[in-house]
Amino acid sequence: MAVTGLVFIGYVLLHMYGNLKVFAGQEAFDEYAHHLRTFGEPMLPYGGLLWVIRVVLLLSIIGHAYAAFTLWARASKARTQKYVVKKAVAATLSSKMMRWGGVTLLLFVIFHLLHFTTRTINVNGDKDSPYDRVVSSFQPEMWWVAVIYLLAMCALAMHLRHGVWSACQTLGFTNTAASRARANFAGVFLAVVIAGGFALVPLSILFGIVD
Amino acid sequence: MKITLNIWRQANAAAKGAMQKYELDDVSEDMSFLEMLDLLNENLNEQGEDPVAFDSDCREGICGMCSLMINGQAHGPEVTTTCQLHMRSFKDGETITIEPWRAEPFPVLKDLVVDRSAFDRIIQSGGYISANTGSAPEANNLPVEKAKADRAFDVATCIGCGACVAACPNGSASLFLGAKITHLGSLPQGQPERDTRVVDMVAQHDHEGFGGCTNIGECTAACPKEIPLDVISQLNKDLRTAMKHGY
Repeated sequence: MAVTGLVFIGYVLLHMYGNLKVFAGQEAFDEYAHHLRTFGEPMLPYGGLLWVIRVVLLLSIIGHAYAAFTLWARASKARTQKYVVKKAVAATLSSKMMRWGGVTLLLFVIFHLLHFTTRTINVNGDKDSPYDRVVSSFQPEMWWVAVIYLLAMCALAMHLRHGVWSACQTLGFTNTAASRARANFAGVFLAVVIAGGFALVPLSILFGIVD
Repeated sequence: MKITLNIWRQANAAAKGAMQKYELDDVSEDMSFLEMLDLLNENLNEQGEDPVAFDSDCREGICGMCSLMINGQAHGPEVTTTCQLHMRSFKDGETITIEPWRAEPFPVLKDLVVDRSAFDRIIQSGGYISANTGSAPEANNLPVEKAKADRAFDVATCIGCGACVAACPNGSASLFLGAKITHLGSLPQGQPERDTRVVDMVAQHDHEGFGGCTNIGECTAACPKEIPLDVISQLNKDLRTAMKHGY
């Protein structure tokens, strides 16, 4: 759970960096997208690096989901008779949202891949330039696309907020009160930076800052 | 004080239980929670009804025998054991819901009494140190760092009441497990069996049917001894070290 989660944190940081290229203009963005495919040539074939990343991500999501559903199943088996009254005293909202929030994120990732990778879902005309595809998808008249992405970023922020802290605990890095506080801070910090960084792109296009 | 009680009644381990309502009119706010239940049982005895079974022993907050989920919180609204909880923590006219600890490894024996032998079996699997019998060694031969001694002592205050399991949304006993592993692992006497201890105790914990920890923190909030959450991190760290050593 923790190790595969760290793989995803590394990936979303890189992904966010790529997305923010949108602010450098069409040429920079499209060139970055092209570079991702030619990266490592001629040692790697065209798109080779992307396929390496895809395989790592696919294995990570299988491991992550397997661990999550195992924990979920163990929890339901450990308490079959529910309490009539149960108060949550310390649980954060993000910790309560981990399971269904995770399922939501998985569904979003599938939608996102169909939208921008396979281009099966075509929301506002198919364009050859990746930059055009992004900008046309988040136009104000297609506001619902931006809403889906922004809601997914809220889910991602909550997942990261608890996930980062929980991963530090699981890996045994938080053996003092101070390190515990640091892990909690890292959770909030990464949640705000990553989800916020991603959200900047659709928001900027929606409000006409990028066109 | 006038109190309405909503209590889980279950005749035996095999029977199906249900919540039942009781009214108490003459409760003093100076009574402990268990004295209030004693009063209820006296009334029930007078009426020829079966008294409510609940666990208690020292009634001083040190033995870990009392339990009870009170209004959805393990040991009630204060950070202490049920026996040290007083009726002044409740309002006149309040309805109090009382349930047993809920976890499959803690089966209900009768009413509010659960069988916590699973904890004993976890301790038997590794919560000990091996020491040679014979004459006691000179105590000062084994220096212990002050910080480590303090930490060991702080977590050794775990009384094994099971509130962590009762409060955990996953039904995990990781706080209990972490407390025992941190306690023995902080001291020189606990070093020889440190790797096997964590591996065996975690295996027994899982075998008993407790859930896995997802670091939510309800356990430490419910713990009457305020065992901190970092013992679970210590448990994971010891497990990682043991795996590195090939266990």
